[in-house]
This record gives sequence, structure tokens and C-alpha cells, in this order.
Amino acid sequence: MADLLAHLQAHVREAAANASPVAIRAGNTKSHLVGRYCHARPLDVGDHRGVIDYQPDELVISARAGTPLPELESVLAEHNQVLPFEPPRYGGRATLGGTLACNLSGPARPWLGSVRDAVLGVQLINGEAQVLNVGGKVMKNVAGYDVSRLQAGALGTLGVITQIHLKVLPRAQATQTLAYEMTASQALETMCSRAREPRPLTGACWVNNRLFLRLAGAASAVRHTASQWGGEQLDDEIWSQLREMSHPFFAGKAPLWRLSTAPNAPHCEGVEQCIDWGGAQRWLRGEARSLDLPRGAHLSLFAGGDRDTEVRGALDPVQQRLQQRLKKSFDPAGIFNPGRLYSWM
Amino acid sequence: MNAPPAFSKQALASALRAILPAECLVEDKESQRPFECDGLSLYRELPLLVALPETVEQVQAIMQCCHRLQVPVVARGSGTGLCAGAMPHPEGVLLGLSKLNAIMEIDPQARTARVQPGVTNLSISEAVAPHGLYYGPDPSSQIACSIGGNVAENSGGVHCLKYGLTVHNLLSVEMITAQGERVELGSSGLDSPGYDLMALVTGSEGLLGVVTAVTVKLLPLPEVARVVMAGFDSVRAAGDAVGAVIAAGIIPAGLEMMDALAVQAAEDFAHAGYPRDAQAVLLCELDGTEQEVDQHIAAVERIFTEGGATTLRVSASDAERALLWKGRKSAFPAVGRMSPDYYCMDGTIPRSQVSHVLEEISRLSTKYQLRCANVFHAGDGNLHPLIMFDGGCAEQVARAEQFGAEILELSVAVGGCITGEHGVGLEKLAQMESQFSIAELHQFEDIKHAFDPALTLNPGKGIPILKRCQEYRALPRKHQHG
Ligand SMILES: Cc1cc2nc3c(=O)[nH]c(=O)nc-3n(C[C@H](O)[C@H](O)[C@H](O)COP(=O)(O)OP(=O)(O)OC[C@H]3O[C@@H](n4cnc5c(N)ncnc54)[C@H](O)[C@@H]3O)c2cc1C
Repeated sequence: MADLLAHLQAHVREAAANASPVAIRAGNTKSHLVGRYCHARPLDVGDHRGVIDYQPDELVISARAGTPLPELESVLAEHNQVLPFEPPRYGGRATLGGTLACNLSGPARPWLGSVRDAVLGVQLINGEAQVLNVGGKVMKNVAGYDVSRLQAGALGTLGVITQIHLKVLPRAQATQTLAYEMTASQALETMCSRAREPRPLTGACWVNNRLFLRLAGAASAVRHTASQWGGEQLDDEIWSQLREMSHPFFAGKAPLWRLSTAPNAPHCEGVEQCIDWGGAQRWLRGEARSLDLPRGAHLSLFAGGDRDTEVRGALDPVQQRLQQRLKKSFDPAGIFNPGRLYSWM
Repeated sequence: MNAPPAFSKQALASALRAILPAECLVEDKESQRPFECDGLSLYRELPLLVALPETVEQVQAIMQCCHRLQVPVVARGSGTGLCAGAMPHPEGVLLGLSKLNAIMEIDPQARTARVQPGVTNLSISEAVAPHGLYYGPDPSSQIACSIGGNVAENSGGVHCLKYGLTVHNLLSVEMITAQGERVELGSSGLDSPGYDLMALVTGSEGLLGVVTAVTVKLLPLPEVARVVMAGFDSVRAAGDAVGAVIAAGIIPAGLEMMDALAVQAAEDFAHAGYPRDAQAVLLCELDGTEQEVDQHIAAVERIFTEGGATTLRVSASDAERALLWKGRKSAFPAVGRMSPDYYCMDGTIPRSQVSHVLEEISRLSTKYQLRCANVFHAGDGNLHPLIMFDGGCAEQVARAEQFGAEILELSVAVGGCITGEHGVGLEKLAQMESQFSIAELHQFEDIKHAFDPALTLNPGKGIPILKRCQEYRALPRKHQHG
């Protein structure tokens, strides 16, 4: 538990004055994931941690950005609540701030949302070393631009996130995992059809020729649906293996690609795959750049491979200009995580 | 102080005539009247011209033309907004998007629909119902309001507690920038490269771009939905009951509260069977599978009874459910019948503060000598005080506005915000400073500049412009109602 806001602000002020870039880090679990390598001087925010406020009846928790996820989750567990977006804890060191900056969410995302969807407000130090409080602690807030959600996936390039207010949810009363042997194409078809049914589905993945579905919610609904959908009833291990990337699919050094696509886009053959998010996220191993991608899909290099080149697809020129100008509006001197998102950012 | 416009109305009109068929350009004042205000008719203004394009190409050409001439553009959907966000600019073009009203594609397997901005909220749900799907966010204005307006305001509705706001239910948005470029934000998947510009544009009140297409996420229609209606003899007891439902681990599909005055109004209007003697009425909708709904209804009935409910009724049919909701969904017009005019506020507060805030509002009601009915999205803390006044009386208008301003400042003081879903528009500009610091307002202004360097998109709304006020066109005058 420490409040290092003033200290962090001083660091940013100095970095801005000297135009000397910083690489923001907390648990340091993701410097080799999601984005490109950032070679600037580290700015540690990991000690700026602790839960600041938690109102179970309001479904809102506020914590400093360096708070490790397990710390947050154990506070929530006392009131039988959870982070609905199931972020990876990466051995327990992953922090809330890093999770938001990387917009990392687990298997429940299509149904319960991502960290981007759960964030209500943030405190941020911008490139002029000003402390900004945007959004709020309430469920709905449309005053001003949604700068909080903008931090999701920005990889810390817009400022140092220092505090986050989140919407949380009650833990599901019951869960049940169901498994079925089938090919990827059959699995995609099944996932999409099941997701159209009004059932308590909160997970759908495919790996090693098996489709896994997870039901979570009121015990009566989970039981009833499980009996209708059949399949082999399993414990919930597969979901934590996906969430933590501890499943054998993720082992080894081969580049790991993430394909973000419409859930019903056809399966692309020719590379080892694990399908998550009911078809909307496909993990690929090896060389994926040459694959024929579905229309509107986006490929990014999540882990491994060459992280000094671009790890995500090019933007169209209009978007690129808007993004560059937006970056400048937060960080005029370009001091935050240079190159982490794109080489030119 | 203001430089005279660099163009004449004639030059602008002839430029737009080259883009649009004659019937899509409204030039005379009388035909422009219907566009002079949105749902907040306290603020009125006539534009130079009203343009009603029929294609995205026309929208883009208009934007390019206005960019070239540096003419302000105000986008308008259905004009149901409640913050004067769509009020025209006196020296600009009012860009009405209602003719872009096609549902372009429904993909039931992906659970998405691609629609044009002028499509109404409800018609999306109606169009996808045959596939067993619907669009989640359901503003009470859903028969009229457009999806483009919903994106611009990040609109909510009674189902947002469980299913999220507009921003949670979008996959991609196509917009035309201030410079007239066409750009797609978001993607067909759940992530897209770079910054989440779609999230930033959602709720940006038409200040960052003109939305020309939207891909929405769809949800499976629930197997069953039932509503519990409960009367309480104090607002506090009703507020506590709301907290108890959440604490029991139940997230209702909707959880709404009305105070005594709102109950009277709604009952007179809808004859829904609300208890007229109650100080507060709760409506709690549970949806899901039959088993789940049975389980949750039983739990909610128990919580409400233990919480001191004086009346309790569970809908037995979809018709009864619709009737119970009808009163709530028509609460605004119902209150409208009790008074020549009403002024709808939109603060969001931590739910634990509801009794305190309602007590304060009742004190303010005495202070300002104006009645106020309260409708409350209780599940997510979004309060709609409806201040009743006579717009024909300038002195009452001023009192109503001061009353409203005090409510907003109170919302901020208890840890909430000035607007939960209706937006800042022109109306709440002054209160932005009670919620945000100068540094925060500067950051908003810098974001605006990043998208719209010439400040021609819906100028004078949404965010106060601090730095460049001297270059900025004066705010449009405020007109008397009536
Ligand atoms: C009786 C009543 C009940 C209401 N209930 C609710 C409710 O439950 N929840 C809720 O959230 N709101 C509610 N509202 C407010 C209003 O309906 C919403 O704000 C709605 O989203 C506005 O949509 P519209 O198409 O009417 O937009 P307009 O009023 O036309 O415009 C609203 C704003 O959006 C901008 N805009 C419109 N279209 C575009 C576009 N294509 N691109 C860019 N900018 C655009 C405009 O410039 C303006 O700033 C209610 C209003 C009324 C009158």
C-alpha cells in the first residue's frame, strides 16, 4: 500500500522537461507481449498500489494502478464478487494498470465484456505532468470524452495510469464445462449457434479437436442447459489454462499470433490454432502473416517473433493521422512508451 | 470581435445545391422551424441551411464543402436529445441524417447488424426479432431516437444495468471526419489495432465526426422476462431494497424507481396499477431461462418483502409486464401532462446516496417553489429529476434552470457526475467546470483539436473551449420557450 502519485508526477515532469522517454512498467509481466519492445528508461509504477475504495453494493472498486490482480481479486472474493473480464494474472504479478493498458481479458469477454468495458474512470498523468481524473466511480457518465476507455489497449502511450475505477460483478452461482470432439469448422458453427440461444453461456473455445463450452449463472439454469446440451461434463480447468496461457498450446518459442475476427469467419487452415471467444479470437502458432485472412479481421503478433518490427497491421492513413494527433494531445513530447504500439508512435 | 463569415448564405446554398437534390435542402425559415431545437426546446436557433442527404457520399461531399468554406456543421438524428446537442448553429449547416435509414445487413450467426445512422433504435430490434435476437440498449425514446444519436450520446436505457450502454454494444462505426474523409473505427472482431477511437467517438456528441454507419452487437431474446413491482412507504426503504438485490448476487435486466409524484403521473397516464399511496415504487425485471427467472423472482420477492414492501406484484404474462413498464417508459410525457413544461435532469450518483439526494431535491423544490418528480435508473444510480415549470414565464424558466444546476452540482458533490446518458450539449456546459479541473478541460479541448482543428463540428457544445475562445464563434443565443 503506497501512494506514489506525487513521486510519479515529478518523474513525468522531469522526463517531459528533458524530452527523455520512459518505459512504464509495473509487474513487468508483459514487456515482451502485446506490443513492440520499448527501449526507453523504465518508470516503475508497481509500488503505487492498493485498493482505495470498494463498495460491494455499488458493484464498484477503485485501486491504484500497481495493484496486483490477486490482491484485488481477494478483496472482491470476500463479498463473493469477481472481475468479470477474467484477466490473466501471469503468475500473480500482473497489475490492474498493465491489464487496462494492454486490454487483456479472458474467455468470458464476448458475454461479460473486457476490461475496456468494465472501466468506469481513471486517474492519469499526461505528458504535461498533469494529474487528470476522467470518468468517475458511477456506472454511467457521459460528461467529457471517454478518456478512460481510450486507455484500454493504448499500451501506456497516452500517459501513466495511476488509478482505476471498475465495475465488478457477483460471482456466478454455478458453472459447468461441457466438452465435445469435433473439427475446428464444426466447432465454429456450433459456437455461433449456441451463442444465439438464450442460455447462460460464458465461454466457448476449441483446441486439440475439442470444443469446450462453459455455462455460468443461476444454478437452475446451468443444470437445465447442461442436461439439454449434452457433451462430456468436465471441471473448469480449461478456462484458467486459456486465461493464464498455461495450456500446452501456448508453450514453446514459436511466434504466437492473435487473430481478431467475426466469430463466424471461416477457419483458416494451415497453421496450428486455438479458438477462443466463441470464434472471435483465434490464436495461431508459427508463421501467420502469409495466411489468407477473413475480411475485416486483424492479426497481431502477441508473443515471440521479431518484436522490433511492427507487431500489428497498418492503419489506413486517416486513422493513422487521427491516432498520431490524439497521441500528441496527451503526450506532446512523445515521452510515454515510444514505439511500443507502433514504430511511429 | 467575431470575424464575419467568409462565405455568404448564397454561396453556401449554391455549393450544396450542386451536391443535393432540391428537396434535400431546406432554405426558408418556416420549413426550417421543425429543426430549430431537439427535445430540450428551451434552446432554439435556426441554421443557415438544413441539409438532408440521402447517401453517405452526399454526407461526405457536404462535409468537404463545409470544411472548405469553414462552415459549422451540426449533425442531427431524430432530435430527441435532451441537452440541446442537436440545436443548429446560426451560421452553419444542420445536417439531418434521418434519410439514411436502411438496415444494410443482418448476420444472425455473428449476432450483428450493420445499419445506417438514421435507423431508429427500436426498428433494429424489430428487424432482428425473427432471428431470435435484439439490440440491448433501450432508451425510453427508442421508437423515435436514431442509432447515430445513440452513438453520439452513448445512450442508455432500462436494460443497461445488465446489458451495458451503447458503447458496450457496438462493433464498428463509420464516420466522416471534419475534413470530409471517410473512416471505419472498430472492426468485425472485438479488438482493433491502435487506439480505441470507437470508444472515444461514442458519447462525443457529434464533436469528433459524423457517424454514417454502425455495426451493432445483438443479443439472444431471453426465453422469459418477468417484472416485480413493489411499493414502499419511504424512498430510503426502496433504495435499501435495491442494494439488497445486488448484494444477493442478482443483476436484474432492469431496476427502476419512481417517487410518489412520478408514480401519480405515470398511473394517471398508463393505468398500470401502481400503488398511488406509495412513496416509492420499484420495478425489477428478471430475464433468462425459465428456471433462472423463477429462482430470481422468488429471491427478489423475499428481499422486497423483508425490506418492507407495502405492495408486491409479479407480472404473470407479457401483456402485464408491458403494462407495468408502460407507466415507467412514459414517465416523461406523463409528467409533461401535469405541467406546461418540464426540465429533465440526468445526474448519476452512487446508489447509497439516493435517499440523501432525493431529500435534498425535495428541499430545493420548496426553495424554488417548483414541483419535481423523480424517475431513477436505480440499478445504476442514474437519476432523472423532472422539474415542472411554465415556459411562458421567464422568471419560472430562470428558477427551473437554477434548480437544475443545483441538482447537477449536488450530484457531483456526492461523488457522481452531471450526466449519465443525456449528454452535456449546450445545456450543461457551465456545469462541466464543477465536475472537471481546468487541466482536464484542456485535455478534452486538445482531443477536440486532434479531430477537428478548425472547430467546425458542433461548435459550442459538449466541452467548454477555454484556450481559443477569442477565435471561437460566440455561443448561439438562448431563446425563450413558447
Ligand atoms: C421522452 C424521452 C425519453 C428519453 N429517454 C432516454 C433514455 O432512456 N436513455 C437515454 O440515454 N436517452 C434518452 N432520451 C434522450 C435521447 O433520446 C437520446 O439522447 C438519443 O440518443 C438521441 O438520439 P437522436 O437521434 O434523437 O439524436 P439527436 O437529438 O438528433 O442528436 C443528439 C446528439 O447527437 C448528435 N448526432 C446525432 N446523429 C449523429 C450522427 N449520425 N453523427 C454524429 N453525431 C450525431 C447531435 O449532433 C447531437 O449532439 C430520451 C429523450 C426523450 C425525449
